[in-house]
Amino acid sequence: MSRKLLLANDHVEGIRRLDVYRKHGGYNALEKALKTMTPEQIVEEVKASGLRGRGGAGFPTGMKWSFLAKPEGVARYLVCNADESEPGTFKDRYLMERIPHALIEGMIASSFALGARTSYIYIRGEYFYVANILEEAIAEAYEAGLLGKNILNSGFDHDCYVQVGAGAYICGEETALLESLEGKRGNPRIKPPFPAIAGLYGCPTVVNNVETIAAVVPIIQMTGAEYAKIGVGKSTGTKLISASGHINKPGVYEIELGVPVEEFIYSDAYCGGIRNGKQLKAVVAGGSSVPILPAHLILKTASGEPRLMTYESLSDGGFATGTMLGSGGFIVMDEDTSIVKNLWNFSRFYHHESCGQCSPCREGTGWMEKILHNIVEGHGTPEDVELLWDIQGKIEGKTICPLGDAAAWPVASAIRHFKDEFMQYVTRPQSIKDVKHYYRVHQLAEA
Amino acid sequence: MSQIAFNEEALKTAQRIIARYPKGKEKSALIPLLHLAQAEFDGWLSPETMDYVASLLSIQSIEAYEVASFYSMFNLQPVGKCVLEVCRTSSCWLLGAEDVVRHIEKRLGIHVGETTADGMFTLKTVECLGSCGTAPMLQCGADYYENLTLEKVDNLIANLKQDGSRRTYPKPAPVKIES
Repeated sequence: MSRKLLLANDHVEGIRRLDVYRKHGGYNALEKALKTMTPEQIVEEVKASGLRGRGGAGFPTGMKWSFLAKPEGVARYLVCNADESEPGTFKDRYLMERIPHALIEGMIASSFALGARTSYIYIRGEYFYVANILEEAIAEAYEAGLLGKNILNSGFDHDCYVQVGAGAYICGEETALLESLEGKRGNPRIKPPFPAIAGLYGCPTVVNNVETIAAVVPIIQMTGAEYAKIGVGKSTGTKLISASGHINKPGVYEIELGVPVEEFIYSDAYCGGIRNGKQLKAVVAGGSSVPILPAHLILKTASGEPRLMTYESLSDGGFATGTMLGSGGFIVMDEDTSIVKNLWNFSRFYHHESCGQCSPCREGTGWMEKILHNIVEGHGTPEDVELLWDIQGKIEGKTICPLGDAAAWPVASAIRHFKDEFMQYVTRPQSIKDVKHYYRVHQLAEA
Repeated sequence: MSQIAFNEEALKTAQRIIARYPKGKEKSALIPLLHLAQAEFDGWLSPETMDYVASLLSIQSIEAYEVASFYSMFNLQPVGKCVLEVCRTSSCWLLGAEDVVRHIEKRLGIHVGETTADGMFTLKTVECLGSCGTAPMLQCGADYYENLTLEKVDNLIANLKQDGSRRTYPKPAPVKIES
């Protein structure tokens, strides 16, 4: 089993409460930070740890922090991105629901490092019950002098608030999130300026994912150098993986980066293999946006090396034969899955969630959804497949925010790796009536 | 002007929420206040309700409309007491969300987007709710119902009906503000 830094105590009874959390070492890192370290030292530790953004982009956190502008007399903000809307991803929900203080402690310590007097946790509206859990934890922290004025007699003042969204995938994009937090529609901003210069209310702002902020706690506790020893190469530390789909043991797993993909899928310590004794067909390894890979390419790289759960190994081969670690939303599909129908499902999602600002995304996502629906219904032509390829290429890289790329990549990769299946749909539509494409719920109940 | 107004308790909650933001940035409270208003006024936002929320924040009504219409959780039409929101994305879909939707449609005699004649249920499909490891699932009010089977869906519908109360998102919990 992997070493656990974030979820070591996730099954301890009452760990949601402050007293139990503290009994298991909670807030020791904050105490260490406030009493023995300068803000600059914490930033250095985070840099040394090699921690990379856990929301999907994988950008080095320490570097992001060091970009934060610090003009005199201007407020700075830390904003936690708890919007978690990437299909296949549910790790942040698990962490916040089980151990809310892990996030709160990370928020306070990170805010100290960044010199932020106020922080906001922007959580998706559907997680309303989780927001209430966080509110309770925050109230406990105020009560214990861990939030508010002069925290632990350090002279550091900090207020942390929870802000609830209202149902929009796009608000996981950091500038759309800031717009939403300012009470507006979630339309991403044009960059530059980046939030580090002009973010919330035009002030310097760092936006970090829940898991990233929570990881700052063990980094302070064990030092960045020790944290960097875990993992492989530039993929340091542990990562929460949300495993779902046709597997025996769906759930959230904390892994040391570097676990072989094959072990992750088949070991009883993780996914426990494919349901009902079926064969593996494909995996979407990092949330619905990242390229889908067929079984042989997810288990081994094109050069025959075992594929590892790291940023580098998963992207080995570029988009031709590789994918991305992304948010760690690991969706497994068995031999009965229709890749074409699944792609239609994904495309419908991106069409629904496009904010409508940029025409390539607004028009392209709807167009792709319609073409795919046509194909799925048996009315497609080979030219439709060519057209899909053409459209996705005209969205990628041509929009203000990465939602356009996120909508294009699944289409490109599905056609790249499963062209035969598309051709079956468009040349022999009568044969697709027999395509089984998802489990029937009553079969599941029997299984 | 309409007669819509928060009761004393809701107004206190609204004021606590507004106090979270820096002076001059009170508009940040718009989404939380729209949630509160939706919970207070029958689960949907009428133009009058949105006008009222806008007046609390001293912003134009159009600023409330444009935000309310952007986010999928705000209902701009009346809804049933229980809005059944079935996740239709990705893992939920791979594991039978379509069956859940069809079953509810048959059971309640309505289609997606419709409300039963007795005003008890509205059926909606929604995009990924972050419950992929416990798929298929649906949300009703603030509650997640996970690892669904058709039997569980039947039980849920029966229980909601028997209970008969409106399921809305809970009002945001009070927040401690340091002065």
